[in-house]
Amino acid sequence: MKTDGKSGIVGYGCYVPMYRIKVEEIASVWGEDPERIKKGLLVEEKAVAGDDEDTATIAVEAAKNALKRACINPDDIGAIYVGSESHPYVVKPTATIVGEALGVGNSYTAADLEFACKAGTAGIQMCLGLVSSGMIDYGLAIGADTAQGAPGDALEYTAASGGAAFVIGRKNVLAKIIATASYSSDTPDFWRRPMQHYPRHAARFTGEPAYFRHIGGAVKLLLEETNLSISDFDKVVFHMPNGKFPLRMAKMLGIEKEKLADGFVVSKVGNTYSGSSLLGLCATLDKAKPKELILLASFGSGAGSDAFAIEVTDLIEEKRDLAPTFERYLNRKIYISYAKYAKMRGKLKD
Amino acid sequence: MSHRSSVPLAWRRFEARYRLVGNRCLTCGTIYFPPKAICPKCRRKGKLEKYQLKGEGKIHTYTIIHAAPSGFEKRVPYCIAIIELDEGPKVLGEVVGDLTLLDIGARVRAVFRKIYEDGEDGIIHYGLKWELV
Ligand SMILES: [Zn+2]
Repeated sequence: MKTDGKSGIVGYGCYVPMYRIKVEEIASVWGEDPERIKKGLLVEEKAVAGDDEDTATIAVEAAKNALKRACINPDDIGAIYVGSESHPYVVKPTATIVGEALGVGNSYTAADLEFACKAGTAGIQMCLGLVSSGMIDYGLAIGADTAQGAPGDALEYTAASGGAAFVIGRKNVLAKIIATASYSSDTPDFWRRPMQHYPRHAARFTGEPAYFRHIGGAVKLLLEETNLSISDFDKVVFHMPNGKFPLRMAKMLGIEKEKLADGFVVSKVGNTYSGSSLLGLCATLDKAKPKELILLASFGSGAGSDAFAIEVTDLIEEKRDLAPTFERYLNRKIYISYAKYAKMRGKLKD
Repeated sequence: MSHRSSVPLAWRRFEARYRLVGNRCLTCGTIYFPPKAICPKCRRKGKLEKYQLKGEGKIHTYTIIHAAPSGFEKRVPYCIAIIELDEGPKVLGEVVGDLTLLDIGARVRAVFRKIYEDGEDGIIHYGLKWELV
């Protein structure tokens, strides 16, 4: 997909709830070996939203941080897209709650997006289109989730809460989006039907034909479009359903694993679904230097991947400290028991 | 238990509840939150304009709730406090975060949270709570 080559990220911000549950705590409830699980998933603990937090509150907190770095007035925003698979309402947008909480006014377009874990990056592409065509000055794209796995399901060790927000614009960008490419197909690797609390997944099917094929496909298209080679990228962020998948993806594409380190948020936060790759991008930008080239590729089951080539500008240095970093949120934590976790996440029924 | 409330009434208060927009008297400079219809100090001489509060302050006094009103039963125990905002006004609200830091004078900042749900099928009420920093 062609971009104007000038538009990009004007501000970014993340939010991670303060509660954490350790793999040991979940494993003890189900009589499983925590060491085996930690080694298998490369996840040690995950972030849990409080009972007064949901995708809307996470989106608002992340967006407030993005606005601080963007240094714009809220009413300069012309579009708000919130990507999530855990919108608080089935009918009634999260995006307008965000608009009201930020004080965007009423002159903006908005929609909630759904594409499993990649709805947030789809929002970035939509904003990029509106911004680079001159239809709007600034767009706000958010990926946020309060993901849940059924009690006892393997997903329970990783399904986590968190989100990230990006103000996309043409002026004062801290990172240019040089190009973006998507790879999509009808692949039923993971789904949730209406009225069902928890998703279902086609176990082993989630790897080869889903995650690896789609991210691999999107990255290949991105390289073709930009004439860049994979070694041109200084930092790399892939969607992180666990720690193993992104590392294996990197190996398959010939990327040194050190390039994933800055954005490898999964081991201490878990899989925040629509927030996952975008939290990784925030953590990477927190440490990025001007001129660095970042490769971002999301993945959404069902299935698709959006890849981006992002070039950091000099403005990163002055904007970085205008809002809390990912690390600040990472270190702000309270460990909870499985009982407290079950109460907080509504797993206890009347 | 549901806690049925007026949807239009909640909607009219979004500006104050979501964003801490109060008002300020241009005559005497006093800042009000929640916003007042007239300045009680200046009466007819007063002129009020919208004022965006920063959302930072300290705990003036607090109490821990163990017996909650209907709609809040599942949240117990929780902390309700009077927050003295840096701009002067005092507001009543819930304190969240690491409650081991709870103390008179402890610093707090406004965070956007779910306040309560109107049953399983009603609207979700959002607003500001106060996180210990
Ligand atoms: Zn006055």
